[in-house]
Amino acid sequence: MDRRVDRHPPLTASRLGGFAVMAVPLLFLGYFFVYPLLTVLATGFTTDGALDFGPLQTIFKRSALVNVAWFTLWQAVASTVLTLLIALPAANVMARYDFPGKRFVRAAIVVPFVLPTVVVGSAFLAVLGPTGPLRVDLRQTVWAILIAHVFFNYAIVVRTVGTYWERIDPQLLEAAQMLGGNRLAVFRKVTYPLLRPAIASAASLVFLFTFTSFGIILILGGLRHATIEVEIWRQATGLVNFEVAAALAFLQIVGISTILVLYSRYQERRAVQFTPRPAADAIRPATPLQRWHVISNLTVMAILLGGPLLILVERSFRSESGYSLAAYSSLGEPIGGLAVAPTAAMLNSVRFAVAATVLAVGIGLAAATVIAYRRGWIGRGFDALLMLPLGTSAVTLGFGFLLALDQPIDLRTSIWLIPVAHALVAMPFVVRTSVPVLRSVKHHLREAAATLGATPQQVWREVDLPMVTRAALIGAGFAFAVSLGEFGATSFLALPTNPTLPTAIFRLLGRPGTSSFTYAMALSTILMIGTAAAVIAIERLRTDTVGDF
Amino acid sequence: MTRHRKLVLPALTTAILLIATGCTSDDDTANEPPNELVLMTHDSFALSEGTLEQFTEDTGIAVTVLKSGDAGTMLSQAILTKDNPIADVIFGVDNTFLSRALAEGVFAEHESSSLADVHAGLIADPRVTPIDFGDVCVNYDRAAFTDSPPPASLLDLTKPEYRNMLVVQDPASSSPGLAFLLATIGTFGDDGEYTWRDYWEDLSQNGVLVASGWTEAYQGAFTAGGGGGDRPIVVSYASSPAVGVYFTDPPPREAPTASLLEGCFRQVEYAGVVAGTGHEDAAGLLVDHLLSVPVQEDIPLNMFVYPANAQAEIPEVFTSFSPVPGSPVELPVDTIEQNRERWIDEWTDILR
Repeated sequence: MDRRVDRHPPLTASRLGGFAVMAVPLLFLGYFFVYPLLTVLATGFTTDGALDFGPLQTIFKRSALVNVAWFTLWQAVASTVLTLLIALPAANVMARYDFPGKRFVRAAIVVPFVLPTVVVGSAFLAVLGPTGPLRVDLRQTVWAILIAHVFFNYAIVVRTVGTYWERIDPQLLEAAQMLGGNRLAVFRKVTYPLLRPAIASAASLVFLFTFTSFGIILILGGLRHATIEVEIWRQATGLVNFEVAAALAFLQIVGISTILVLYSRYQERRAVQFTPRPAADAIRPATPLQRWHVISNLTVMAILLGGPLLILVERSFRSESGYSLAAYSSLGEPIGGLAVAPTAAMLNSVRFAVAATVLAVGIGLAAATVIAYRRGWIGRGFDALLMLPLGTSAVTLGFGFLLALDQPIDLRTSIWLIPVAHALVAMPFVVRTSVPVLRSVKHHLREAAATLGATPQQVWREVDLPMVTRAALIGAGFAFAVSLGEFGATSFLALPTNPTLPTAIFRLLGRPGTSSFTYAMALSTILMIGTAAAVIAIERLRTDTVGDF
Repeated sequence: MTRHRKLVLPALTTAILLIATGCTSDDDTANEPPNELVLMTHDSFALSEGTLEQFTEDTGIAVTVLKSGDAGTMLSQAILTKDNPIADVIFGVDNTFLSRALAEGVFAEHESSSLADVHAGLIADPRVTPIDFGDVCVNYDRAAFTDSPPPASLLDLTKPEYRNMLVVQDPASSSPGLAFLLATIGTFGDDGEYTWRDYWEDLSQNGVLVASGWTEAYQGAFTAGGGGGDRPIVVSYASSPAVGVYFTDPPPREAPTASLLEGCFRQVEYAGVVAGTGHEDAAGLLVDHLLSVPVQEDIPLNMFVYPANAQAEIPEVFTSFSPVPGSPVELPVDTIEQNRERWIDEWTDILR
């Protein structure tokens, strides 16, 4: 036998597996994110074959663009704080209490997340406009933007933090209370430190989403409010000014990377280990205070999330002569000028969403494993890299695909770019829901399993997997929703026509005529119902053994 | 560090599958007719089933349609990929951005066989063929002007009786928005006593609302749109009244909206053979097909614009509800190209 083999552990399947756990996400992100991004930046910063950073200076010289950068940052911080304040009590309700229709509520709150912003935007204009129920005109104000951001991101906090919260043993809190702590002190000293990783996780997602907010800002913000994301789009597609667009994209990425690195340092230092308990035993609200707590949070959801959605549903039944089912009666036939039946568009949407979810969960779990177990710069770097696509402008990445992916195989117009682009945005959700759970698993649980003779694969399967499944499914629900809602770079690719539900809605909204509008609202309603049903189905997948450890 | 094969294998397989299925071979040489042509266009492109299939039947060449966001996005993509094109034919570059596309060398020369039938004034350059045109005009909700007269000119919109009534689109993000800005520039001029800048200052004083795009303006803010807005005057197309009738069930006898036929800007959409495609001859045939009478007659009710080919018949709903503006505002494509960015910047400064 060769000496080299002696010095190194034998190259077993499990070693290969360990290598692949890291290599797969790295290759995926490297080829479909880093490479296109660097290519597009290099192109933007190249004048006549030489690097030229002139455009960067232009940005800082133009006060309008500096204002854009400042507005982007502060509105994202404000939106994140506001979303946390409003959604954290609801996360507690979802974690601790049982009430009729809970499963439905947990799925339904994801609905705002998938609806095309142009659709939700029109509902918000109706609510926040001068003819709305509030009788105040909030259009083109920061308030409209902040409220809409809470609407879209509420589910992220409730679901991410809620899943984690239900695993904290209430006896721990009761013990703390018995030892003389009042409610506030118990929350501050016990609950909050335990929850901190999950809250930070959710906050980082909300921050990234609002930092790169696009449709909401365009529709509700007016000319006075623009994020870097909106400005990149205006420069690249409205003015065809790639230099300034690339400079702004660079600024956006630098900003996001800095924040992500700071975040993951904090996250790692703060992770607290505890013994999670089975998640099943939520209680019925018993005391008046508990009942009030549950009811008031459900009311907030009904008004904040339900209100705008109901407006859309109501509009889908409107017709020239009162209410009618006209828009729903011919969904199997191609609508004029659409060239495709809505049912076919639905099928396309679901196909892409399934592919994107499989990719996001598969690669995301591998990445989450690396992040959770690899302390130090590897885990941190991985974490930041994975989150970056969420903070990168969709125009930048879409154009990056076009510039970079022509070799070795020309993938630039491949239909597969759709699930790939969606998976890039969806992976952070899988990772963000899984990492806190994986990190909270006590080392000695794994060590005990290993001592009892379990192979590393067995440890993963028997200890980690059952605990992470539930979190991963919550992430999978988001991934599915992200894809149904067509987030990210797909709008900026040139792809063979494969009409999906959102594209059908855009097209219908893009022409005059009341039937077109009613049809668009009917399709949006179907998209909502489909989303809720899909998320419920995905979460039912969890095996009943979850938590039996 | 755990090692988990179960997870890795499916992920790897997916990755390999992804790369394998995305693969298309494209080894045709210049003179051989290709099996397939790629037509790149914007997301408003639509034709009835059978129109492109007819081309395949006639020539044996299949057509793949790539859609790529709005017209501006499409042009950006065409420019970014010009060294290694992703399409053989591009349709949908309009006169507001044509010079840029030509200057970037996106198109190769091609003379269409039906060029003689094209309406006068639409032909711009030997590299592109006009396919359709549409006029961006001020539209109004007729129900809002039963007791008082609707605006009769662009200048009327600055009068107090039309205060807080108009919604327009941002020219930096919307193609009708840019067209309307150009209409005001063509009408009031870039210099002189009362320039387009003065006009927009007055519109601003008179409470003009700026929406990001056509859908937000028409379906969100316009009183006669689906969203029940509060603005009875909107920038849209001369064809919008007809299209509104066509897509209302049952169709009303009178159009609920009307266009102001003064101060319209004519957008002309062009198709062209992509420079360096390798299939110039076949691509030229596809451009000719787009200008052929059957396709031209299919355009109005799918894309809501008028055919460039004068031989094509216009659907009745168009002729009865949407008259074509007699003398739209004209600006040379080169003037637009030289000033567009400055104009948009100046406009933004006034309205922000």
